[in-house]
Amino acid sequence: MSAFWSAWVTVITLAVIFGCTWLLFATRRSQPHQELTEETVGHSFDGIEELDNPMPKWWFQMFVATVIFGLGYLLLYPGLGNFAGLLGWTSTKQWQEEMAYAEENYAPIFAQYASLSIDELQLSENAAGLRIGQRLYANNCSLCHGTAGTGAYGFPNLTNNDWLYGGDETAIKHSITQGRMGAMPGWLPVLGEEGIRDMTHYVLKLSGREHDAGSADRAEPQYQALCAACHMPDGTGMYALGAPNLTNDIWLYGGEFGQIAHTLRVGRSGVMPSFRHLLTDDQIHLITAYVTSLSRD
Amino acid sequence: MIKHETIEKNTGLMAILIMIVISAGGLAEIVPLFFKDSTTKPIENMRTYTALELEGRDIYIREGCHVCHTQMIRPFRAETERYGHYSTANEHVWEHPFLWGSKRTGPDLARVGGRYSDDWQRAHLYNPRDVVPESIMPSYPWLFDNQMDGRLTARKMEVMRTLGVPYTDEQIAGARAEVEGRYEIDAIVAYLQALGRTHDNYTQTR
Repeated sequence: MSAFWSAWVTVITLAVIFGCTWLLFATRRSQPHQELTEETVGHSFDGIEELDNPMPKWWFQMFVATVIFGLGYLLLYPGLGNFAGLLGWTSTKQWQEEMAYAEENYAPIFAQYASLSIDELQLSENAAGLRIGQRLYANNCSLCHGTAGTGAYGFPNLTNNDWLYGGDETAIKHSITQGRMGAMPGWLPVLGEEGIRDMTHYVLKLSGREHDAGSADRAEPQYQALCAACHMPDGTGMYALGAPNLTNDIWLYGGEFGQIAHTLRVGRSGVMPSFRHLLTDDQIHLITAYVTSLSRD
Repeated sequence: MIKHETIEKNTGLMAILIMIVISAGGLAEIVPLFFKDSTTKPIENMRTYTALELEGRDIYIREGCHVCHTQMIRPFRAETERYGHYSTANEHVWEHPFLWGSKRTGPDLARVGGRYSDDWQRAHLYNPRDVVPESIMPSYPWLFDNQMDGRLTARKMEVMRTLGVPYTDEQIAGARAEVEGRYEIDAIVAYLQALGRTHDNYTQTR
């Protein structure tokens, strides 16, 4: 704040405080009766009259007390322009102290599990660590993956041991820290409606379900040319690109004929946001342990 | 000497004195903010909302999102732990009107951009219970039906420019094309994903 505005704030603030104080004392002094009286202020409405008593002393003293409190506050805390106050308090500093306190007191709670492996954290003796992971999961992950980790349409199930990007420690941590971005293009312009229908039969065939053999055979060369690069020639998918396994009958966007055809037509790009700004490495370690526990029995 | 009686019995005098006392608060607390760099200068490298995001912002206002959601992270650990770095005035210099809100029925949204995927935001706006079973947020299915014509988008950006938002002529010229034919859901998701992400001064790694 410039010196002008600092002075502006200071002068107005003090003028108001002292102005009110002056008004308080001036009106009290000019009060005709300093003691309790039977005289009225001179008006009467429906027979109701007002005695011309002075303001009760306790009330007057409360006014004085607020003035003293106000001046004391302005002395200790910032309020008068650029004057920082004797305590040197700022909201930023208070926040930093809170953060430092939390770092000192809470970080060790997470850190005590950092040296344990994901496997060790599954043991019953480390159940407390897994419970911490569960709560962190509930706060950060459950909105998409569900409170039980079973996912939803478009959001992967974490309990079935079927992984888009891999289910080992490194892969899960990478997913949480960096996020993931799926990129399946839509194939309608390339395949046409008929090609989409044939390809849907081929995808049904990959997962061992009822399909039209003629359609699937027609689609096979196209599958090998267009789809196999990500989903692999045998349809088992690829972790590096997050291409789902098409052979296990687990479907992120539904496995009905129409749903598969829709996915083929318009493409899909499921996004997992990155959590590196929100969680510490130690917290991510515990979440990884918890997520791992969901698909183990 | 001033008498209480004098003030009490002269309505005009009392009105003037009341005005002086009340305006003192505004003069000391509000007026200097119009002349402070930290409240008038945008934070470094901030970008403006795109035409689509700006339309999304208007839908956000129309649907009253700001009644239940704040866009103001206070400097308390309990808030910064959940929502990210606390909000600062210079992030809101181009907000006309600002959407800080005053009550949180739902969470703060000041930095919700990137927290969820577009798909999640769409599913959630269509029916919040589909992704958060215990949610009490209303559904907004009509956002998926209402198509925008972008007829007024350029005009809105021009108005923003008169208020000090540095929209370029190219942005304004391309506004209608960016919006026309899109659905309201596209606009509001674009806006939500932009919240807190129009600059990257506060996204340090923990």
